[in-house]
Parts: sequence; structure tokens; C-alpha cells
Amino acid sequence: MSIWEYANPKKFMQTSSWALPFVTVGAVGCLAVGLFWGFFLTPEATNFGSTVKVIYVHVPSAMMAINIWVMMLVTSLIWLIRRHHVSALAAKAAAPIGMVMTLIALITGAIWGQPMWGTWWEWDPRLTSFLILFLFYLGYMALWEAIDNPDTAADLTGVLCLVGSVFALLSRYAVNFWNQGLHQGATLSLDKQENISDVYWFPLLLCIAGFVLLFVTLLLLRTRTEIRARRLKALEQRERMA
Amino acid sequence: MIALLTRDLRLAVRAGGGFGLGLAFFLIVVTLVPFGVGPEGGVLARIAPGILWLGALLACLLSLDRIFALDFEDGSLDLLATAPIPLEGVVSVKAAAHWLTTGLPLVLAAPVFGVLLHLPQPAYFWLVVSLMLGTPALSVLGTFGAALTVGLKRGGLLLSLLVLPLYVPTLIFGAELVRRGANGMDTQVPLLMLAGITAACVAVVPFASAAAIRVNLR
Repeated sequence: MSIWEYANPKKFMQTSSWALPFVTVGAVGCLAVGLFWGFFLTPEATNFGSTVKVIYVHVPSAMMAINIWVMMLVTSLIWLIRRHHVSALAAKAAAPIGMVMTLIALITGAIWGQPMWGTWWEWDPRLTSFLILFLFYLGYMALWEAIDNPDTAADLTGVLCLVGSVFALLSRYAVNFWNQGLHQGATLSLDKQENISDVYWFPLLLCIAGFVLLFVTLLLLRTRTEIRARRLKALEQRERMA
Repeated sequence: MIALLTRDLRLAVRAGGGFGLGLAFFLIVVTLVPFGVGPEGGVLARIAPGILWLGALLACLLSLDRIFALDFEDGSLDLLATAPIPLEGVVSVKAAAHWLTTGLPLVLAAPVFGVLLHLPQPAYFWLVVSLMLGTPALSVLGTFGAALTVGLKRGGLLLSLLVLPLYVPTLIFGAELVRRGANGMDTQVPLLMLAGITAACVAVVPFASAAAIRVNLR
């Protein structure tokens, strides 16, 4: 039993069709409970008022936006090194989800920034790096769309993902140097000192779990779709040959 | 390699269109900016470093798709790929040729255009230094974008979408260097960062470009 078994599309399809209902229920459950708890059952924060509730969408989506890119980096590496097609298709399937997460983080951030900072947009390092990350997602998806041959597309987007990761990170620090920010520091960290109080912490944790499960659900669905599309293409080709 | 460099330079100069077009584009950008923001000297002087860097960057972008496209179409890229010199070396030479035909003229012309934008006196030296250091990185990164899109029929727009985000760090440190030079502030940090980015790009990016070309030639 190893993770490489799932490089076999058949095995992947079997396991994912078995797992899909569970993660779907989990995602819906976590999000419903977490968001309801966060929106209606937590007190208003002293400095933020009711705007603090944006945190339950803003923080999880921002975390996912970065983590999805990291996941794409890992799957691209697996494709480039071991040539497992499922891996390349998973990277392709993840990109639009990551782009939407980035967009959600940017929009909820703007909604939060308006009452707190008095502006919808500020060229703050964190905001700017997210905008740049968004551009990287767009470029990555556009390259997938532009190339017909699936293997060539997987190779080129894989290389782009590697180079893009380095430059996304570099931009993050360059932008830090370029402008001092308004954005507050990390909300969550493993040493408990800096964390927000437990009243907000538990619903937030549930929301994060919900977003992770939501991503897994969408990822499995989209990867299954990609695999089926690939099979369909192969069948059509065989038909034409015969 | 030298033969390849002279061949590319000759092609760029004689084939028309490419050489000089970047400069003209740079001039147009610089001319249009005062129409957009108004002719007051104070405003122009403040934004001049950024405009000059942006203009140089866009002019550089304009000629990127020519780096490999013509050689890909007539098959000479296949010959170069099977030639005894490694493909990474070919990419580096191509980047050098691109820099000599577009980057270097931009660097030399930038001070003249700086006059048009009322660039403050102490900034001229730093403008030339920053462009001299930064434009090689633009050319090398450009080869990566050109290599990714070389197999596509209409790759021009996609090329800009892919390459421009990669230009962010270079642009930030380059423009910051000129701005600090103009205000008489300490220039060491952006200078070193810019030089570092360029050195790293020149050293590493040709490998990525060569990998992309190999995929496209497969």
C-alpha cells in the first residue's frame, strides 16, 4: 500500500468514487456549522465590531490560495519526475479552484478593509502579493488552455509552475521591501501566545477544515472529470483509427 | 557560439522591424505619459523613474516573441538543438543577442528620455546603472516566456501574461534604485538586490528555457 498506487487511473477512480461522498458531507457539515457558529454565535470584537466575522471566510480562503499553489508545485514535480498522468491532471484541476480562492480572499479582504482602513484597496505587501499570485494562476491556466497536446501542456505548465513558485516567493519579499503595510500580522500560529481568543478560534478552525474538505471534494470531482475526458478522447481516437 | 551571436545580431539588424522598433515604442510611451498625467514638472519628476522603467520593460516585452519564433518556423531551432553546443548555451546566446539589440539601446537612450520627463539631476547615473543591471534579467526571463509559447500560433498575448509577473521583482528593485538615487538616499540595498536577481536569472533561467524548448521540439 503506497501513494503511488493512485498513479493508476483505475485505482484512483475506484478510491475517489468511494471517498467522494464522505468528503462532500464533511465539507458541507464543517462549513455549515463553522459559518453559522462564526456568524451568529460569536460576540463582536472590541476593535473590529461585527466586521470581524469576515475572518471566517477570509482567512481560510487565503490559506487555501497559497496551499493549493504548493499542492500544484508538488504534483507538477511528481509529473515531471515520474510521469504519472493523474498527477498532472490533478494540478490542472486544482488551478481554477486556487484562482477562485485567491479571488475570494481578495474580495473579502476589500470588504473588510473598507470599514477598518477606510479604503477598498491599499498597495500593502500582503494584498499586492496576493494580486501577483492571482496573475500567476491566470497565466498557468491560460497556458493549459492554449496547448493542444496534453503531454506538452503538462510539461510546459509544470516548468512554469516551478519557475513561477520561485518568482512568487521572490515577489513576496520584494514587495515587502517596496512598501510598508497596513495588514495585521499572522492571526494563527502554533505557539499560542499570538493567537486570537478561543471564542473565535474554534469556529475558525471548523471553517478552515471546511475549506480544506471543500477543496478536496472539488479537486476529486474535477480530476475525475479530467480523467474521463481523457478517456473519451482516447476512445474517439481509436474509433477514428478503426 | 560566437558565430551564432553574430548571426542573430545580423538578422536582427538587417531583417528590419525588430531593431529600433523597441526604441521607438519606448519614445512613444514616454511621450504619451505627460498627455495622460498633465505637463507639470513636479509630478513628472516624481514619477519619471517608474515611467522610464515601465517603458523599458514594455519595449523589451515587445520583441520577445521574435527570439525563437522565426528559428522555430524555418527549422533552424531543430538544428541548434542537435548541434554540439548545449541548448542552454544556445538560449544564453539568444538572450545576449536580444539584450544587445533591444536592452542596450534602451539603456543608452533612457537618459535622453529622462530629460523629457524632468528626471532630477542625481538620478541619471542611477538610471543608467539600474537599467544596465536590470535589462539582462528582462531578456533572460523573456527567453523563458518565448520558449514556453514558441509552438503556439498566436502566443503574443499569452507571452505577456506569463512573463510580466516574472518581471515584478526586477521592476521593483530597479525603479526603487532610481527613486532613491533621485532623492539622495542610500542606494546599496536595491543595487545589490537588483544585481543579485540578474545574476541568478542569467545563471538559472536558461536551464528552464532549454527544458521548455526541448518539450516544444519533441
